[in-house]
Amino acid sequence: MFALNNSLQEQRQYRIRLIIASVLILLAFGALLMRLAFLQVLRYDHYQTLAENNRISLVPVVPNRGLIVDRNGVVLAENFFVYTLEITPSKAGNVNQTIDELAKLISITSNDRKLFNKFRQESRNFESVPIRVRLNEIEAARFAVNNYRFPGVEIRSRLFRNYPFGKQGSHLTGYISRINEADLSKLEDNDELSNYKGSDHIGKGGLEQHYERELHGITGFQQVEVDADGHAVRVLANTPPVPGNNLILSIDNQLQEIAEQAFGERRGALVAINPANGEVLAFVSMPTFDPNLFVDGIDQDTWKMLNLSRDKPLINRPLKGAYPPGSTFKPFVALAGLENNKRVPPFSISDPGYFSLGGSHHYRDWKPGGHGQVDMRRAIAVSCDTFFYGLAQDLGIDKLTAFVSHFGFGKITGIDIDGERSGLLPTPAWKQKRYKQDWYAGETVITGIGQGYTLVTPMQLAYATAMLANNGVGVKPHLVSSIRDSVTGVIRPLPLETLDRIPVSAAHLELVRLGMTDVTQPGGTAASIGAGAPYSIAAKTGTAQVIGIAQGQKYNASTIDEYHRDHAWFIAYAPADTPKIALAVIVENGGHGGSAAGPIARQVMDYYLLGKTPVKTFPEAEESSGVTPPDIPVEAPHD
Amino acid sequence: MIKYLLSRWIQRITKHLDQTLFGMLLLLMLIGLIVLYSASGQHAGLMAKQGLNLLIAFSCMCLFANISPQRLEVIALPLYALGLLLLIGVAMVGETSHGARRWLNLGVATIQPSEIMKLAMPLMLAWYFAKREDTIRWSDYLLAAVLLILPVGLIAKQPDLGTALLIGASGFYVLFFVGLSWRFMLGIGLTIAAAIPFVWPMLHDYQRKRVLILLDPSQDPLGAGYHTIQAMIAMGSGGLAGKGWLNGTQSRLDFLPERHTDFIFAVFGEEFGLLGVVLLALLFLLIIGRGMIIAANAQNLFSRLLASSITLTFFTYAFVNMGMVSGILPVVGVPLPLISYGGTSLVTLMIGFGILMSIQTHKKLVSS
Repeated sequence: MFALNNSLQEQRQYRIRLIIASVLILLAFGALLMRLAFLQVLRYDHYQTLAENNRISLVPVVPNRGLIVDRNGVVLAENFFVYTLEITPSKAGNVNQTIDELAKLISITSNDRKLFNKFRQESRNFESVPIRVRLNEIEAARFAVNNYRFPGVEIRSRLFRNYPFGKQGSHLTGYISRINEADLSKLEDNDELSNYKGSDHIGKGGLEQHYERELHGITGFQQVEVDADGHAVRVLANTPPVPGNNLILSIDNQLQEIAEQAFGERRGALVAINPANGEVLAFVSMPTFDPNLFVDGIDQDTWKMLNLSRDKPLINRPLKGAYPPGSTFKPFVALAGLENNKRVPPFSISDPGYFSLGGSHHYRDWKPGGHGQVDMRRAIAVSCDTFFYGLAQDLGIDKLTAFVSHFGFGKITGIDIDGERSGLLPTPAWKQKRYKQDWYAGETVITGIGQGYTLVTPMQLAYATAMLANNGVGVKPHLVSSIRDSVTGVIRPLPLETLDRIPVSAAHLELVRLGMTDVTQPGGTAASIGAGAPYSIAAKTGTAQVIGIAQGQKYNASTIDEYHRDHAWFIAYAPADTPKIALAVIVENGGHGGSAAGPIARQVMDYYLLGKTPVKTFPEAEESSGVTPPDIPVEAPHD
Repeated sequence: MIKYLLSRWIQRITKHLDQTLFGMLLLLMLIGLIVLYSASGQHAGLMAKQGLNLLIAFSCMCLFANISPQRLEVIALPLYALGLLLLIGVAMVGETSHGARRWLNLGVATIQPSEIMKLAMPLMLAWYFAKREDTIRWSDYLLAAVLLILPVGLIAKQPDLGTALLIGASGFYVLFFVGLSWRFMLGIGLTIAAAIPFVWPMLHDYQRKRVLILLDPSQDPLGAGYHTIQAMIAMGSGGLAGKGWLNGTQSRLDFLPERHTDFIFAVFGEEFGLLGVVLLALLFLLIIGRGMIIAANAQNLFSRLLASSITLTFFTYAFVNMGMVSGILPVVGVPLPLISYGGTSLVTLMIGFGILMSIQTHKKLVSS
């Protein structure tokens, strides 16, 4: 019935269209499946990677920084965890408003704000920046309750550095502080940036800087599965961090303390070395600063105070303080004369109290009227200037500098702290280059007593003294004697390195040693220092001139501004026949070496050799022998 | 006695079900539930709700399977008229949600009149052309075009591009099967192509953006392109065999948005890979094929037009959804039929299948 009603043509057309539609459907599904095959087979690797990148986030795990301990295991730098309150500016919205709100919960000083703004400028917007450090538990709890009100603010547990001895030995340890732009670009240049992911701090100055690679350790990584909001869901893989290695120093912390206390309020430096192996036993730079101030970020006012202080507490004096050596140079000049056969014992002079190059100009001895008959040994003992003027003149500047340079003058010792200065050993060629002037004969003369252009650092002088003590063999000085591997626990001693070996005759060395030993004997320039010592001390005093004294004028300490007074030098090694310790001390503006610097050296030697700790007040002014007037400084000759 | 009555009642109901189609739909829904369990993050409440949705949808299917095509013809015009009225009502006093005005608050319930139109449109056009059978002229097509464009335009303005597309397609399929001339279709196609430069400025910003980002999803990876990119990552990282059920990282870790509704196909593709996708596509094709067979065997013009339109609309659903998830079609908000979570479109779809079954099973009665 129905079939009759439908026209056959219409039926046929409908069937054709059904077939066409079916073909189109099949084509559409074919295209879809081809697309899916493209996505899921051909591009599988690409999308697989994208999916993994989506879900896996690498979270750095900061390693524990290595400890610094002294030769007896006393900890000088350690780690501790603190709660910090941190803001991620990109997530926090109005940062200042957030801080205002936070300040209602937790005390935030204007200084905290200043530091925050400083750190914020140094970091990227998506990095979290501390607004408060060292939160106590009550503060942490108070914030935790209100956490929901502060998007982009969180409490973190961070590793901080602590220097338990504070100001003591700060130039030695250095400190760590927040990584800044310059540090970042340096790390990038060294390809170390990835190891500092998550690290906030880096060593600045001292051993913390020099041994940064040993101390930092290797950053670990956690592969964390995160959801689309970045919340960690679970830890997939964990590569634990490798803690930094511990530094074991050659420093004796007790000795360090005694040395620093011996300085009191005075400025200066002391370096004590074991001459046989180059171990630095004490490394003093006075005044010091508290390295703990730098760890959290030092505030502007304190920093200004430290940086602008006339006492310059931030200067590492043993390495960066370059002073004229003064009379401490004489033993080395003496050896130069002996080795070059310019002075052959029993050569002696009759000292009139001055040296003349033939003209009217007189190079004065510190002792008006002179020392009488003086041979080499006595010249050292009484610090006879006239003797050494003549010796320098006979040697000539080139031979003099060529010989003493073997003792490490004019070049860095290579101690394991960065920023060491090389001092200066002047030569005519140097002067021509530097000042475009000829070398004057008089400049050779005064070089003989350690004045003029010559500059040495306390480190260099200590090293040179150690060489004298060690029969002309110089072992590279070092502060770190061994490194303890944090993983294996194996202690790896650092290799000793012999820097210089002067083929100096034993007889000549012995003569200089006798002269230096006489210094601390009655009649010597530092007789008081040797008084009562159960061991013999080979020493030399020195005075480094700060301002020039005109010809014919007298140096009078009491009329001169304190900061313009002479620096006092003292070098020594003891026991003189079997040296165990060699040291160099400078007391800035201290006046005479024997009286100002010598007692410090004596206390250090007493403790190191006898285990004797000093009584509260060392008899500083005890100069019974009366042979310790200051070395008379001389000036460059006028024309 | 009760047992007897119950079995007779079941017999009465199942008499009008097409067993082949019924079996395939059941299988598809089962797959849907399995995927939904994973996509919803093993959400029990959601599963229960979807179970209820399925039950309601099945009941509606059974109901419509038992309504003969002749009776459907009767409701075509009133249903269409009601639908159009409600759409106008939405346009005037509809409720706005997520920037779209789609819902009408009737006091007791909030309804989405565009869903009614999904059924009313093919019914209306099929009824109209069946009535004009043998005397169909170009003016009939013109009237049909007006009947088509009016509701589609209203829905597109809501804006609900996906639904407008589906309803427009269902109406177009009727015209296609009634014998719309190829020349005319070509003309329409060219007209639309020519109209694009004029329509373009009239589109909503988000619609324009969607089209632009379809061309290059990487333009806005964290904004509008995020859906497509994350869906493609999910699909692509599924590989040949998939990451396994409940192991899709893209969906489990929240990277994939709308993963239990419009983007559920990406979850399926991620967890079951190309092999699973091919099997799923095959099941869709078989269902479509069954619909085509029913349409081919239908005994009058109304049934033929209705059956073919419903079948092709189902295809359109599936293809547009899979196409947008795999990044070859714009993201227009069309769910994957019978798999995506949601009750409304599920009920409408199952009513469509009920109608298909009715057409298939009432045939013999009529012819005998």
